[in-house]
Amino acid sequence: MITLKAGRERSRGDARDHVAAAHAGIGMGPLKRISLYSLRHPFQASLAIGATIVASILQLSIPRLLGQAIDQTQTVLSVAGEGAQEALIWTAAILLLVSVARGGFTLVQNYFSESVGHHVGYELRLAFYDKVQRLSYSYHDRVHSGDLITIGLLDLDGLRMFFATGLVRTVLLAVLIGVGAWMLLSTDLLLGFLALSFVPFVAWRSSVAQLTLRATWLILQEKLSVLTRVMEENLGGIRVVRAFSGQKFELRKFDVASTDALELAHQRVMVRVKNTSMMTFSFFVAMGLVLWVGGNKVIAGEISVGTLASFLTFMTILQMPVRQLGLMVNSYARASTCGERFYAFLDAPVEIEDKPEAVPLEISKGVLRFEDVHFTYPGASVPTLNGISFEAHAGQTIGIVGAPGSGKSTLAHLIPRFYDVTAGRVTLDGQDVRDVTLASLRRSVAVVQQDTFLFTTTIENNIAYGDPWAKDRKIERAAESAQLHNYIMGLPAAYDTVVGERGVSLSGGQRQRLSIARSLVLKPAVMVFDDSTAAIDAGTEHRIRSAIRRFASDRVTMIIAHRLSSLMHADTILFLEDGRIVERGSHEELLALGGKYRALYDLQTRPTDDLEAAQ
Amino acid sequence: MSVVQEDERDVAAFPGQRPPRASVGSHRVEEEVFGKAYDPKTVRRIWAYVKPYRLKIYLSVAAVLVFTATQLAIPLIIGNAIDTGLVAGGDPAALTWAVGAFAIAVLFNFAASWVQETQVGQVAEHVLFDMRRAMFAQLQAVSLSYMDKTEVGRLMSRLQGDVNSMQEFLETSVISVGDLVLLFGIVAVLLSLDPWLGLLTLITMPVLFIIRIFWLPPAKRAFWAAHETNSLTAGAMAEGINGVRTVQNLDRQKVNFDLYDDKAYHNLRTQLTGSKYAQVMVPIVDSLTGISMATVVVVGGAMVLNGNLQVGVIVAFLFYIQRFFDPIRSLTMQYSIMQRAMTSGRRIIEVMDLPTVIEDKPGAISLTGAMDGSVEFRDVVFGYDPKRPVLKNVSFKVNPGETVAVIGPTGSGKTSAMALVHRFYEVQSGAVVVGGHDVRDITQESLGEQVAMVLQEPFLFTGTIFENIRYNKASATRDDVIAAAKAVGAHDFIARFANGYDTMLEQRGSNLSLGQRQLLSFARALVADAKILVLDEATANIDSYTERQIQKALEILLAGRTGMVIAHRLATIRGADRIIVLQNGEKIEEGNHDQLMELGGLYSKLYNMNYSSFDDIPDEMVAQANAKAAST
Repeated sequence: MITLKAGRERSRGDARDHVAAAHAGIGMGPLKRISLYSLRHPFQASLAIGATIVASILQLSIPRLLGQAIDQTQTVLSVAGEGAQEALIWTAAILLLVSVARGGFTLVQNYFSESVGHHVGYELRLAFYDKVQRLSYSYHDRVHSGDLITIGLLDLDGLRMFFATGLVRTVLLAVLIGVGAWMLLSTDLLLGFLALSFVPFVAWRSSVAQLTLRATWLILQEKLSVLTRVMEENLGGIRVVRAFSGQKFELRKFDVASTDALELAHQRVMVRVKNTSMMTFSFFVAMGLVLWVGGNKVIAGEISVGTLASFLTFMTILQMPVRQLGLMVNSYARASTCGERFYAFLDAPVEIEDKPEAVPLEISKGVLRFEDVHFTYPGASVPTLNGISFEAHAGQTIGIVGAPGSGKSTLAHLIPRFYDVTAGRVTLDGQDVRDVTLASLRRSVAVVQQDTFLFTTTIENNIAYGDPWAKDRKIERAAESAQLHNYIMGLPAAYDTVVGERGVSLSGGQRQRLSIARSLVLKPAVMVFDDSTAAIDAGTEHRIRSAIRRFASDRVTMIIAHRLSSLMHADTILFLEDGRIVERGSHEELLALGGKYRALYDLQTRPTDDLEAAQ
Repeated sequence: MSVVQEDERDVAAFPGQRPPRASVGSHRVEEEVFGKAYDPKTVRRIWAYVKPYRLKIYLSVAAVLVFTATQLAIPLIIGNAIDTGLVAGGDPAALTWAVGAFAIAVLFNFAASWVQETQVGQVAEHVLFDMRRAMFAQLQAVSLSYMDKTEVGRLMSRLQGDVNSMQEFLETSVISVGDLVLLFGIVAVLLSLDPWLGLLTLITMPVLFIIRIFWLPPAKRAFWAAHETNSLTAGAMAEGINGVRTVQNLDRQKVNFDLYDDKAYHNLRTQLTGSKYAQVMVPIVDSLTGISMATVVVVGGAMVLNGNLQVGVIVAFLFYIQRFFDPIRSLTMQYSIMQRAMTSGRRIIEVMDLPTVIEDKPGAISLTGAMDGSVEFRDVVFGYDPKRPVLKNVSFKVNPGETVAVIGPTGSGKTSAMALVHRFYEVQSGAVVVGGHDVRDITQESLGEQVAMVLQEPFLFTGTIFENIRYNKASATRDDVIAAAKAVGAHDFIARFANGYDTMLEQRGSNLSLGQRQLLSFARALVADAKILVLDEATANIDSYTERQIQKALEILLAGRTGMVIAHRLATIRGADRIIVLQNGEKIEEGNHDQLMELGGLYSKLYNMNYSSFDDIPDEMVAQANAKAAST
């Protein structure tokens, strides 16, 4: 269990500032935007970059010092004397100092570039999370949740690491290769060229390898996700598999997916091996050349042994960073594609927001009105709702029936502004829902949805989701009304039982009852049951209805259902067809009318064979 | 409920702070990762999967040794070259020899690294896939009573996470062999070059070793905390995305943002701590390297001055020092990898060892389409918990071609009876007889071919509609599939899709309505063309239009087959040849509709209540009917 420090030590404003800052820079390229954003931490960023420069220069001086030491031992052979020993001690002291300093500066470099990355990650995560919660239903209808998770996890990671793996590494490589080359070439042009000859080759191979590996990695992920899906569906549908004796068939499916992924994994191993082996080889070839040509130069008396040794150690120092050039190139590529996706998400327009002059909703009488409401889903050509008008007062129950696709749920979703009307208006006590704040509106309107999402937490917290300050008694009462209390008390940890993805799984009916309890806690002015009792048996539904009737006097209740027994007690029933109200009235009135409602009623109450016999 | 009064005070004292009953995501990552680093039993079992590739493993170990040897040789060659010829006016032939030796060492190095990396990488991949397949195959046979209790997610983490950490272990362990050899090789070479200088230089090695031993436990904790908070933050984010509609519905955005901020901020802190632990080793290693280099320069230099040592040895020493600490670093890391792999290995073996309970008898017979298609329960006693039987001495017979409706209140044992026909579970006593044979004498595969099953919740697979209807009946042609779809009345809606039968079903058919999924599962059963059909009618409310279509499809499905239907709808029950009423695991009534009505028992009482579905009848009314039936 992780104890969370309460936010008192930080001011809440910070988080909001981060969110605002992440939105800055619309229209910039992703690399520029993330670079500027990373520089929001100027102190850490400049420490990281400064330390990088110092550390790499210190590192480059080590081969020099070593060469110098070797030469000092050499010269004394001929000159001999006390001075030589002293000089060696000096060199050693400087060497030690440089090593310690380099270590220190590398620490600063690594720590602060990672730190910038972690801070940027934290801030972008907040901005991402905020945006997810802000974007309206129509966005979430369009974009698959799996894709959003990818953006929030992988793309965000690619972006946040860009400072360390892209920018800082660029500085590091520029200094190491630039200064190193200058030092080598200025010492001995030919030997310098030979010593550096592996650099372009390794740089090229490592970039190619990284880019290839990245491209195949994406394909591999896809193949592995196919494999995952095969396994997951097999285990989830194990009864179907067994019922049809499909085990062998499933194993074949697994093998196809598995072999596919295995082959690609093999290919990737080969790409990696081929490139690392070639890079090492080219490095050693260059080293051999330096040894040979340099050795001849030593024999010819052109350079000292110490210089040769310093060239060789130079090369060992350069080898690792040059290999990382590929990682740097990859980091740019990744940050650029990840950034494009991430910022496209962050910049997506929010369709439903508070108007600047929005005021909190004020509930007085509790009158819900639909005034000639029209609604067309974005991108759809046919309107879903076509001139809906009705009025409901507190204490009334409105029933809505109709064939699938007739617009029942859509109608309900317009009240809490999950979508905005295309024409006409929805009002609560005379206030257009678009003129009031979303927070106040949604607290007054509860929609019990068909599918209940359970959060991974206790039942208690799930019921109190809309009012996390609710008292025990209130939660229990809501559960009692939803006919869930007895079931909860039978669970091992009662109200503290964890449900959701990692907890106890509830049946469809239990979930729906929990969802009802969740809405009851809010004591809303308008309560909509959107086919939310389909999985609850009629008896329990009846008990729920009588339990909540006591509180129904000061709210509008709207019931959408297929089962007529769920809504036949409603004060007014609206029969929807193609987005229009074709019949309206009480159950008795509609039966007497002998229209579509009557036909549906007959269909449901009399067994099919009787009906067909009657026809 | 166990919320203390203090919480409430807290709330009052700090308005605007975290609410007492709110959280985002879960609070802990369940699985423990670090255990014993070596467990012989686990190693033995895992070795069974590595064994088929042992030649490749031996080869790569050999390659690693060669590779390490060349790494050791190169500084020696360079040092030697310096000493034999590299002075002004020295012998060029000696240099040529040295360069030649260098070239040979490099070639060996190249070949060895190639062999080692390709072999190790591929073996690790192979072992990974083999293990995963073995686990998957095992899960196909594991008894359903285990599967009922186990979450899919938990199994998936066995099949993925655990298998991956085994792969990582295999890959790194061969390399560790090289590290170990390199470590001892460097020590040996340094001591043999010059024991005194060697010892002085090597002093830093145990120092680093000791530092790392003290550093490792807190560092590991820090890394683990960073990992854990990271996945918790990711989990909270995923929950925020998946539950976004509910969040907006209940206006929880502000609270959630603050709670998420807490989690993300905590993650930031642990990540920074992790970075500190990781980076603190850098200056330590660099300083120790510096000390060793300075030692060589001062002490070695003095020895060269006195003529006790050749300068080439110093060069070789300096080269070795550069690589000195790498093996120690990777070897200590390897320890954690090993711990993790052992834990994973144990969990993998747990899956491999799951009981399969239901297995084919030796000499089990194969049921063919020639059997009569009868189903008989003979004094069946069955319970998931042997002490609490769900079915108590139930006997009945379904004749070939007959449709029997099994009805009864929740908990009466209907669903269990159906599962027994397919031998999902073993009876405690009595027997289930299909086609004249005890199901325990029949191969499970042939039983599955002759008994088709339609579950209450239609389960579809990702794939095209065609693939879903055909499922594993490879002999079914496209025409068969279309004919089946037409028969159950699914053809019309399928044809309306732009790609018809080749339409992909997203996420198990979430682009279809429940009724449509039901019809597809009917078509699938029809294509399976089994003699016996076991069906659990859906209870969920489907709109009345689709409902009628399903009723018609059911008739077609049952025509010419033996049918056992757990029925909820009156229409289905009326259409059955015979009705069996179960209550509390016992058969209480049996007969056709008219007979049962005449009997005046529970069935007739319920029927007379005039509900369209038996499930719609409230419990207390069932109890009333029961009481009445008992009194008559």
